[in-house]
Amino acid sequence: MNRYLAAVLCCLLLPLSMAVAGEPVKIGMITTLSTKAGYLGEEIRDGFRLAVDLGQGRLGGIPVELLVADDGRSPEKGRQIAERFIRRDHVRILTGTVFSNVALAVVPKVVRQGVFFISPNAGPSRLAGEGCSANFFNVSWQTDTLSEVIGQYATDQGFDNVYIIAPNYVAGRDNVAGFRRYYRGGIAGEVYTALGQADYAAEIAALRKAAPDAVYFFLPGGMGINFLKQYAQAGLQGVIPLMGPAATDGRLLGAVGEAAVGVVNSAQWSSEFDNPANRRFVAAFRKMYGRTPTLFASQGYDAALLIGSALRAVGGDMNRSDAFRAALEKADFPSVRGRFRFGRNHFPIQDYYVRQVVKSGDGGIVNRLLGRVFTDHPDAYADRCPLQ
Amino acid sequence: MLVLEQALNGLQLGVMLFLMSAGLTLVFGIMRVINLAHGSFYMIGAYVAATVAMRSGSFLLGLLAALPAAGIAGMVVELLVLRRLYRRDHLDQVLATFGLIFFFNELTRMIWGRQPLFMDVPSWLAGSVELLPGIHYPLYRLAILLAGMVVALFLYLLFSRTRLGMQIRAGATSREIVGALGVNIRLLYTLVFGLGTMLAGLAGVMAGPILAVEPGMGESILILTFVVIVIGGIGSVRGALVGAILVGLVDTLARAFLPGLLRLALDTAAADRAGAAIASMSVYIFMALFLAFRPAGLFPVSES
Repeated sequence: MNRYLAAVLCCLLLPLSMAVAGEPVKIGMITTLSTKAGYLGEEIRDGFRLAVDLGQGRLGGIPVELLVADDGRSPEKGRQIAERFIRRDHVRILTGTVFSNVALAVVPKVVRQGVFFISPNAGPSRLAGEGCSANFFNVSWQTDTLSEVIGQYATDQGFDNVYIIAPNYVAGRDNVAGFRRYYRGGIAGEVYTALGQADYAAEIAALRKAAPDAVYFFLPGGMGINFLKQYAQAGLQGVIPLMGPAATDGRLLGAVGEAAVGVVNSAQWSSEFDNPANRRFVAAFRKMYGRTPTLFASQGYDAALLIGSALRAVGGDMNRSDAFRAALEKADFPSVRGRFRFGRNHFPIQDYYVRQVVKSGDGGIVNRLLGRVFTDHPDAYADRCPLQ
Repeated sequence: MLVLEQALNGLQLGVMLFLMSAGLTLVFGIMRVINLAHGSFYMIGAYVAATVAMRSGSFLLGLLAALPAAGIAGMVVELLVLRRLYRRDHLDQVLATFGLIFFFNELTRMIWGRQPLFMDVPSWLAGSVELLPGIHYPLYRLAILLAGMVVALFLYLLFSRTRLGMQIRAGATSREIVGALGVNIRLLYTLVFGLGTMLAGLAGVMAGPILAVEPGMGESILILTFVVIVIGGIGSVRGALVGAILVGLVDTLARAFLPGLLRLALDTAAADRAGAAIASMSVYIFMALFLAFRPAGLFPVSES
């Protein structure tokens, strides 16, 4: 009974408190919640929502209203949602997009209409280079960058005979290109698999035959789960080291278990980072959702804080576009990854790290920070961006 | 040596496909229903097995729980949905069972969430054995091979040696006459459908430790399963066995050796890309060629 009473009270009080604070600023989140990759969007949404909840419905002291819609990983659907948010809800700030193909369908169209797009994940090369935009900001990384980190790591380790495995599609080839940009050693073999492939027995047998120093793999989502399990069952875990970009977030580790131990992966953030902003974020996330945040959740959270910093600067007045943009460019917010600033193309210039999957003291499987690979690293396409 | 190992990999993939396609082809051969939702029962098998195995710590208990779960789920679907579709057009059946895919994917998401489940190889099947000097093969994959052979034998005995099998075969040929002879044909159909989905569930359990247990996992294997039954001859379990092994071998060997072969003619980068592209098409090219010469498949089932 009490619960109902409380609910009724909330309903009565909510419009009241909003009326006092004035019209909230609407933020449209277009993200991927369905399909197999749906957990990525869920992480981003939960990280973003946490920032709003910690601010009691405000970002940067300005009341906000978060509208969330599922793009189902479809560029067409993403475009329709963006249209609806802008026309019907008069949204001036969009965020959320997980996949590059959706971002490429949505971003060029909406920035032309004066809408701001803050990407918490997708960072295709086209939007970082020639196609960069004054109204597009990315708070995660350009797609190739995490593979560049692994390339540099492989060079630092003195690997001279690396085997490459990636799916045969745009992001797969971009990542391999990123890896090779910084890897100086030889290539033992390069295999492109079908997107969504389930069985890797043939590839693993060929890989064993090639006897490389290490294996670079870029197999996002379920493909990575399949590959890691089968790699361990083939008896190669710990025999030939595995490394890949952001390949092993916490939720993937839950599905792979001990078969993931030893994998080296790159990231710009780790839940272990010991700065006040991150300690607060990780503790609050665990308390609210009962799980440790992944890289994607940290990006959603940072996207919210970035938007908050700019909203504060313009006092919630979205008609002051130039002031809002200038405030975004300053990136004056306590990022959970520590130091953070934007390059000319509105992509991050930041530090990158490698982590390794280890067994923790209590038997859990976690990522442990190995060390920093790049300091103040810009992306490879920034020079081609015509923005000043 | 590598050829032998890759052939074994292909055989094992084939056996996995056989477990899936046996049920699908059985249902089509006997009930004339195209069931696109077959992959959903594969998913149900994997989810139930993963859950029970995680809670109890025993793979066998997971297997024992998953088989009836997939079978019962299948029979419920037959009673509630398919029974209304037997006399309808194939297009209606495709639409309805396609809808079931979405239903089951969303249902697993509601029950288990989006997080893929963890399922490990049982400790007594972990590790690998040295089959021939230099060829280490995972024990678990050998177990899948064995399970497939047991199922093939079981189906053979069921159809050729038991009364139930006789009734099923007769029902496939002429539903009315079998009914007139006093066999409860409705019950028979429900049982056959349950058997088919149980086999899909078994495939799901076997796949659990090597593949990601996640919503929508059934769709990725479903397409290959359809290729198998088309090659084998729709409705023929024997065709499903041979077709599955052919498809498994073609797919694995193409992935393993095509890029290498192409490298003889092209430069490395071009060969890797072309090889990857052609290898992922190899099964469909094989099917097209096969159907050009045997339009009805390997073991065509005569239409009554």
